[in-house]
Amino acid sequence: MRGRYRILLGMAAGVGKTYRMLQEGQQAHAEGQDVVIGYLEPHDRPETAVLAEGLEEVPRLRTEHGSLELNEMDVDAVIRRAPELALIDELAHTNAPGMRNEKRYQDIDEVLDAGVDVISTVNVQHLESLNDAIAELTDVRVRETFPDRILEEADEVVLVDLTPEALRDRLRAGKVYTKDRAEVALNNFFRVDKLSALRELALREVAEDVESRRQSLVLDPLSQQAVAERVLALVTPEARSQRILRRAWRSAERLGAQLDAVWVRRQGRELSEEEQVSLAALRRLAIVLGAHFLEEEGDDLVATVRHIVYERGTTYVLVGTPDESRWREVVRGSLLSALVRELPGVDIRVVANRADRPEQPQ
Amino acid sequence: MSGLDVALLAAVAALAVALVTLLLRRRPPRRLAVPASARRILVPFSGSLDPTVLQAAIRIAHAEEAVLVPAYLLIVPLRYGEDSPLREEVKLAMPLLEAVEHAALRAGVPVDARIEKGRTLTHALRRLWDVEPFDRIGAPAPADGRGGFTEKELAWLLLNAPTETLVLKPRPREPRSRLRSTA
Repeated sequence: MRGRYRILLGMAAGVGKTYRMLQEGQQAHAEGQDVVIGYLEPHDRPETAVLAEGLEEVPRLRTEHGSLELNEMDVDAVIRRAPELALIDELAHTNAPGMRNEKRYQDIDEVLDAGVDVISTVNVQHLESLNDAIAELTDVRVRETFPDRILEEADEVVLVDLTPEALRDRLRAGKVYTKDRAEVALNNFFRVDKLSALRELALREVAEDVESRRQSLVLDPLSQQAVAERVLALVTPEARSQRILRRAWRSAERLGAQLDAVWVRRQGRELSEEEQVSLAALRRLAIVLGAHFLEEEGDDLVATVRHIVYERGTTYVLVGTPDESRWREVVRGSLLSALVRELPGVDIRVVANRADRPEQPQ
Repeated sequence: MSGLDVALLAAVAALAVALVTLLLRRRPPRRLAVPASARRILVPFSGSLDPTVLQAAIRIAHAEEAVLVPAYLLIVPLRYGEDSPLREEVKLAMPLLEAVEHAALRAGVPVDARIEKGRTLTHALRRLWDVEPFDRIGAPAPADGRGGFTEKELAWLLLNAPTETLVLKPRPREPRSRLRSTA
């Protein structure tokens, strides 16, 4: 049987996620459970180190990358050790090159599959769907992201909350970073306005999670599976994509579905000024609509879309009217045919321009 | 040339004509060509838009071969974060924006519609022109005291807009003819 998964979500580093994870581990240990530390981020925080005492830590896997020695969680060792509960910090972490899994959340998945319960931690800025919003709010583009489904699939998501002022106090007291690093952080990422925005996002994420769990209790699992729709709008940085995204939103609303929008950018493609404006406008519209905006690089549009569709569980794809010529269609094949062929089981809808409809005789 | 050759030639020619006809038949409608240097005319509104104001904006955009940017402005209540999704408000905005877009495209004017939000209408406007360039703004004035920007907002616009601003006064008409959000 798959283990239970509990995620401790915070707005930023220093709110006390790792501390809370260790507290819960100590409590379970005291209650007689077999608890191990699968991986603990070495934050050099004395309080955290004290709390880890008495808990068995599974030895890490050491790998070399150039002149660097990197430590990663030894997934196989954790599975072999077969504890009842494993504490695994920072689920969004990217593993060193050469490891079996690219990301730690994939390692955790294997541990869960082995029947081990897991408590893990993550900050809200790593959530893939919030990547753009976070970049706009904080001017920092987070590279280590994890898919939204991880939160959705967890058995419990718990918010570890702290007011921005309290977190800044912890920083000033040197409880999060060293003093010199803390000073820089206080003036950049850890400003009150940015922390407030991040806190709001974290609170909303957990609130939405609670709501979706409430709804899933109403529908039995089979019905839930049957009606779970997810809409994907294919957009490009041009004016008509506003209409495609709006139309996709209306479809998503009617279906009670989540909405994603994706622009597949050809590798190395430079954007003109007009395209940059259009792209920024699409991102803003996505925020207003509560949609997730994705930007993917790929030279093969259909293959990239197929990857996204199966990764995100998309059931509907909306695409604008292709303006390819008949000649191109004959020579290179039509985009729509390729989508239909490559996305079996997925509805494809073409968003037409209503103004192209011939006038009805009065 | 034998009779067979003639028949063969005729068949090849017929095939070529059929192929060309097939390729050219029912070509997808061409999108309105918009030069990169096209002027952009912003027409912000919220709640409703008088059809005569819309027609005036379309006429101006047409005459200037400009892109019309109708922008529905949403007010984010203070109890929500500025970047909160606004589902209910968008439900009202969507059909109106579609109708405006449709009218412009029918008139042969390229459109690049927006939905922008802010704590007030002027805040939303400022957010919009802070990130996008416009060559002209057409601000609707109220008709019979309803719709459009208030006197105070218009005064603010005329003082603060980063570009040439026109106040579009609706033609007096029957109140029922106003375009209104219906969702």
